[in-house]
Amino acid sequence: MKLLRDTWLIFQRQMLLVLRNPVWVVIGILQPLYFLLLFGPLLKDALNAPTTADAYRFFVPGLLVMLAMFGSMFVGFGLIAELRAGVIERSRVTPVSRLALMLGRSLRDVATLIVQAALITVLAIPFGLTVRVGDVLLAYLMLGLIGVMLSAASNALALKLRSEDALAPLMNGVAQPLLLLSGILLPLTGWVATVADFNPFSWAVDASRALFAGDPGDSSVWQALLILGTLTVLTLFWSARSFARSVR
Amino acid sequence: MIETKGLRKSFRSRQGRETKTVEAVRGVDLYVGEGEIFGFLGPNGAGKTTTLRMLATLIEPDGGEATIAGADLRRDPGEVRRRIGYVAQGGSTWDEVSAREELVLHARMYGIGKADAQRRAVRALEAFQLTEFADRKCKTYSGGQRRRVDIALGVIHDPKVVFLDEPTTGLDPQSRAHMWDEIRRLRSEGVTVFVTTHYLEEADALCDRLAIMDYGEIVAEGTPDELKREVAGDVVTVGLNGSTPEAAQLLDSEAYVNKLETVEGGLRLYVDQGATAIPQILRKIDGAGIHLGTIELHRPSLDDVFLEKTGRSLRES
Ligand SMILES: Nc1ncnc2c1ncn2[C@@H]1O[C@H](COP(=O)(O)OP(=O)(O)OP(=O)(O)O)[C@@H](O)[C@H]1O
Ligand SMILES: [Mg+2]
Repeated sequence: MKLLRDTWLIFQRQMLLVLRNPVWVVIGILQPLYFLLLFGPLLKDALNAPTTADAYRFFVPGLLVMLAMFGSMFVGFGLIAELRAGVIERSRVTPVSRLALMLGRSLRDVATLIVQAALITVLAIPFGLTVRVGDVLLAYLMLGLIGVMLSAASNALALKLRSEDALAPLMNGVAQPLLLLSGILLPLTGWVATVADFNPFSWAVDASRALFAGDPGDSSVWQALLILGTLTVLTLFWSARSFARSVR
Repeated sequence: MIETKGLRKSFRSRQGRETKTVEAVRGVDLYVGEGEIFGFLGPNGAGKTTTLRMLATLIEPDGGEATIAGADLRRDPGEVRRRIGYVAQGGSTWDEVSAREELVLHARMYGIGKADAQRRAVRALEAFQLTEFADRKCKTYSGGQRRRVDIALGVIHDPKVVFLDEPTTGLDPQSRAHMWDEIRRLRSEGVTVFVTTHYLEEADALCDRLAIMDYGEIVAEGTPDELKREVAGDVVTVGLNGSTPEAAQLLDSEAYVNKLETVEGGLRLYVDQGATAIPQILRKIDGAGIHLGTIELHRPSLDDVFLEKTGRSLRES
């Protein structure tokens, strides 16, 4: 109960800050928006897709996974700013739940993410994207898992590194290969596809595509949910421990 | 209210390729009574903040024990957190929210209900003279205003003990005086205040008792007056026009004179308590028919204490 109450408390404050300065929500959606408008039109020919709609049905699900990845991987920077301002230390002298300090922030990232994802989905409709509501919601659930996991990981690393100068190269170094090895931009083939089997986000992209194709029973869907769910739980444990222990 | 035994903490930090161990706090024994303003005086890097952070459950001590407001620091840090307030040296507010919002959130993090938290915020804003700009964003506050918000946050839940890490650093003299009043007000409400400072005058004027810390150790502890007396008692300078040797002979045999020095134009007497020594000196000199020019009483300052205990002047360090 205390955990729920405290999480809600932190979440409320964090959402207040997001709403007070929503520019970051917009900036977060710019990249996928550019991809949607400037990269999407190339795909029909590049993929030999029968129609533009087919190309978008292939592309948008991956784009949403990219949004979830990039939107959550860099939230640690905000935490570093909070650490520097003394806000985290101030929270840590109160009896507030340590797990709530982390969960409240991760839920903020999920809430932002779902709004962004809904925007991108709606903007893709004029290009011929069609999808069932139930399938979309399941896809968003998967995006939420990615959001919680990466946001928790980013925050845990931020607590460890405590400097933007250390966090930025690390995150960029990890983000690019994860993106390229997920098959978001083009279908994966050859040895790259083999390597990508070890990338959980590549599984997420496959599942997302199955859902947007109207095939929620596809094995990729439960596999991705299982993989992401397990990783999310593990990351939450790790991150919660960092929040409880973080010294200095 | 606060009792510590052998509190220790060292940090390992990397400098280039080698790791160095800094013994920040090396066995601190303290006793702070209920309702006291207890001062912690020491130069930069003495270990004041590290000690406070240990007592506030923010870092785990390497060794030693402490009981704070009846709760054991090691066994029950959660209870310690509920009973104390802590105001960090570096500030604790977020730019984009107002003092009121910060106060309400902070109270709620202590488990206080929404309506009660709002009432407490109103009261705290008034007590710390923040009402006027309570709903402006913190980034628009002056340094002193923002510092007052920090203190208000530290006591929003009516703690029994509050730790204030340099509450007055960076404040102008007027704001500092205000802050002292606020700290005294806390004491009058029964709060035990543990405050660190670099300022001798502050320690002197504000604190009921204080400890001087240097290189991670307590080098002196007592009331400001005790500490000053411990150094050399008081100093009385007697200005004489001639007859200095006679006066010296006369006074040297007096029990209350610890030490006597002949200086230019008179004598310098080291006594335990100037206030009682002066009338006796006057009587003695007058009785012998020696003409007295001037008489002056110097109290040793905390700086003299610091000099004696650490071999350095705090003003220079
Ligand atoms: N997290 C840390 N890592 C490494 N060294 C540290 C850490 N925190 C403090 N120290 C070192 O411990 C010593 C004591 O620091 P502390 O902050 O307690 O001093 P202080 O008395 O509060 O000084 P000031 O008056 O400057 O605030 C210093 O030498 C400092 O460099
Ligand atoms: Mg300090």
